[in-house]
Amino acid sequence: MADGLTLRARMRPYRAVLASRARSQSSYRASFALDLASSMLVGVIELAEIWVLFHNVVELGGLEFSQILLVFGLADLCFSLADMTFGHCDNLPMYLRAGTLDVFYLRPQPLLLQLVTSDISLRRLARAGVGAVALVAGLALNDIAWSPAHVLLLVLAIVSGYATFAGMFVWAGGVQFFLIEGAETTNAFVYGGRYAATQPASVWNRPLWAVFGFFFPMAFTGFLPALWLLGVEPPYGMPDWVGWCAPLAAVWTWTMALLSWRFGVRHYQGGGG
Amino acid sequence: MRATIRVYWRLLVAGFRRQSAYLMAAFGGLVANTTFGLLKVAVLFATVRAAGGELEGYDVALMSTYIWVSQGLLGSVNLFGRIDIADRIKDGDVAVDFLRPLDVQAAAITTEVGRSLFNLIPRGIPSVLIGGLVVGMALPDHPTAYLLGAVSIVLGITVSAATVYLMVAAPGFWLVETRGLQILYMVVSGFLAGLFVPIWIFPTWLEVVAQATPFPSMLMYPVDIISGRVDVSGALLLLAVQLAWLAGVGAVGQALTRAGRRHLEVQGG
Repeated sequence: MADGLTLRARMRPYRAVLASRARSQSSYRASFALDLASSMLVGVIELAEIWVLFHNVVELGGLEFSQILLVFGLADLCFSLADMTFGHCDNLPMYLRAGTLDVFYLRPQPLLLQLVTSDISLRRLARAGVGAVALVAGLALNDIAWSPAHVLLLVLAIVSGYATFAGMFVWAGGVQFFLIEGAETTNAFVYGGRYAATQPASVWNRPLWAVFGFFFPMAFTGFLPALWLLGVEPPYGMPDWVGWCAPLAAVWTWTMALLSWRFGVRHYQGGGG
Repeated sequence: MRATIRVYWRLLVAGFRRQSAYLMAAFGGLVANTTFGLLKVAVLFATVRAAGGELEGYDVALMSTYIWVSQGLLGSVNLFGRIDIADRIKDGDVAVDFLRPLDVQAAAITTEVGRSLFNLIPRGIPSVLIGGLVVGMALPDHPTAYLLGAVSIVLGITVSAATVYLMVAAPGFWLVETRGLQILYMVVSGFLAGLFVPIWIFPTWLEVVAQATPFPSMLMYPVDIISGRVDVSGALLLLAVQLAWLAGVGAVGQALTRAGRRHLEVQGG
């Protein structure tokens, strides 16, 4: 009981900060409405990029459009949720350049937690909505032989996918301490990763599988779990159950992320202010 | 007249040189361009093959040219909607710019074009080389494509800078916060400019929508010309379309700047 109280007491500053962020974002109503609309449009256009391809062909990488909806829905929902909560790590280079990161060191909270809670972009909920709609459509349009195992994998896939993308943001944040000006280098893998995650990964060659299949385990956020749900064989002779390894992918990403963050923070020597 | 040209030439060179200070950023951009390029190769090649080896005039080799030239132009064509003058309008510094004996709109666009032209060196050319060496690509049959293509690229860069000025920076005279517009621009421009998929494989209605905007003039038309997808007369037609968009976008931007100057409210003091 005492522990519970202290935990609650410890969480209070974060809750207060997050609530104030939420209020501040929705207080400029016109701007917030435009933000929500743009954010939803991001999701719609990402889906349109894929739909345009299927307008020309029936099947891509062995999957039809209704099946790719499931891949897109899973991956994009997880990415949007991670982007909403951890995407703020992208602002790190700005803090590093301006020297404002040092302020965070003065407060008695862990750096990463402060950075994550320093902003939460409510507008990105609209984009997550697009992913959720695509996911539901994908689940409804396909013949899935529902069983408790299918429900379990769906839940596991969403939780692990979210964790994997969140880990990617933290990994990128750690690398920023070294790159500073070269933030786009990590965008290649964070945002490139999102782009990769929504594709039918069966079209990738082996080097792409090495990078976006395993090292940055993007194929585990949507494609591989979706294949198991649909009962489709994975490519390159991978075993049927490979989609169940999504939690391992999340653990691997977070291992990289925390190592990268630790090296980054140790490397940092202050803004000289 | 001569003095005016010299001033804008200096602004162009200053923009070019300023960008040369950010080599690490350019390298990061190149890594991103190449990674996205390889992913586009995988999915677009698969689409062409699934369509039977030819899709709306694109075979695998021409698709490769499209992918690598468009990736290469990504560092130069402004599809992100960020332009320095937008911040100056927001925080009121533009009041100082209005006191200078220069046109605010033309100066902002010229500086932006200078920066963009520099990016062709560390990002544009290497992207095309990497794509050509690693994946291979089709080359145009007639050498005029390179000349007309170069003109078209410069026009495309200028149209993009002028459009960002019009759609993101100039509304700042009336709105305090233009970040929403910037995001909206970023979302729409890439798709309609043909960055992810050539607009020629869009469904017809969407292709018409795209062509009714200045966005294909920024990326799709220059790529069409330099990849030799269109012949010389086709290229001249696309160049004329680009020029028309530049004139239109520039004129409306100029009108908004003049109206905005009368309306400008500098907050704080």
